[in-house]
Amino acid sequence: MCITCGCSDTAKATLTNLDSGESVPVDAHPHDGHSHSHDHNHPHTHEHHDHEHNHDHHHEHTHDTAHAHASMHSKTISLEADILAKNNLLAERNRGWFEGRNILALNLVSSPGAGKTTLLERTLTDLKDGLPISVVEGDQETVNDAQRIKATGCKVVQINTGTGCHLEADMLARGLKELNPPMDSIVMIENVGNLVCPALFDLGEHCKVAILSVTEGEDKPTKYPHMFRAADIMILNKTDLLPYISFDVDSCIAHAKSVNSDIKIFQLSATNGDGLQDWYDWLNKQLHSSSSQAVINE
Amino acid sequence: MHELGITRNIVAIVIEHAGEAQVKRVSLNIGKLSAIMPDAIRFCFDVCSKDTLLEGATLEINEIPGVARCEACGSEFEIDQPFGHCQCGSNHIRCIAGEDMKIKEMEVY
Repeated sequence: MCITCGCSDTAKATLTNLDSGESVPVDAHPHDGHSHSHDHNHPHTHEHHDHEHNHDHHHEHTHDTAHAHASMHSKTISLEADILAKNNLLAERNRGWFEGRNILALNLVSSPGAGKTTLLERTLTDLKDGLPISVVEGDQETVNDAQRIKATGCKVVQINTGTGCHLEADMLARGLKELNPPMDSIVMIENVGNLVCPALFDLGEHCKVAILSVTEGEDKPTKYPHMFRAADIMILNKTDLLPYISFDVDSCIAHAKSVNSDIKIFQLSATNGDGLQDWYDWLNKQLHSSSSQAVINE
Repeated sequence: MHELGITRNIVAIVIEHAGEAQVKRVSLNIGKLSAIMPDAIRFCFDVCSKDTLLEGATLEINEIPGVARCEACGSEFEIDQPFGHCQCGSNHIRCIAGEDMKIKEMEVY
């Protein structure tokens, strides 16, 4: 299914509502018959694009005026088309959806095992009486993480991407319909554990929050610069383990600042609670400033 | 290897604009700071274009150099990765070119 990350044609994204227990397939690109690869059983699949000749006229026209000197046998058509335009368009729709409901949406990204789900469990448990938070969980397989989130009492839906390595804007749109988060709340989107592809795919979030644990290398931000540049926030997690391992916090922060001088950094332990209050204060402040005026670095 | 999926997007967008014309050439602008490897796109292009209007089309990739502007002193300089230092010592730099992921044009019969 996932036509943007290189997964196989047989990849099937599914959406699970943890309240009803129902799973439905996510038709990722409903208006996009051309890009789907279900043509192996339909040798004449492109015939159904006949209705599109108004596009042809449009481009022939611009071509005829702009490139009248083109050769007799072929013609050059200027496209200037953004390869990720479809995802970006859907992401902007999500962004408007969030703004209209004053929802603070955060896209949590990290490598697998950095502690995204544990941080979420702790955050939900500590804040659920004051801050309404709901969660969209993204994983390739299983509803395990969503069950952990549901156990905290929060609303959650699980998106399984099959072999897909990241969430896309249309998957999130489907997840949000199912989740139906309340006005003036926070939606935490836990992306698939992967520091590469999710950097390229805008979901319509307010910002990306990259989580790095001290059991990983200090230089991860410069090894995966696209992700740490795309993120506004970095959370350095598992600080309770610092006495037992060789990890230079200052060096890690220097690496992060070298790829993104504006990145805001929280140091915390989702296990023993150190540093969590700063994170909670930031969440409160972001939600209570209007989403369009939220100031990340305050 | 998100390039396979990226290439599928490229093929889909070109088919959308080609109508029923056979595509002779596709020209891309891929920035050196864009997290896409041109060689991987080339590798995937033949596979993705098979049995489509793009089969046999030439793929041109214009690699756009990365350029950064220093927020401290205003100077502009080329970069190969999306971060770095200005000669003035500041790392407050902004990428101003080289993040392209565009289909520039196509040639059809």
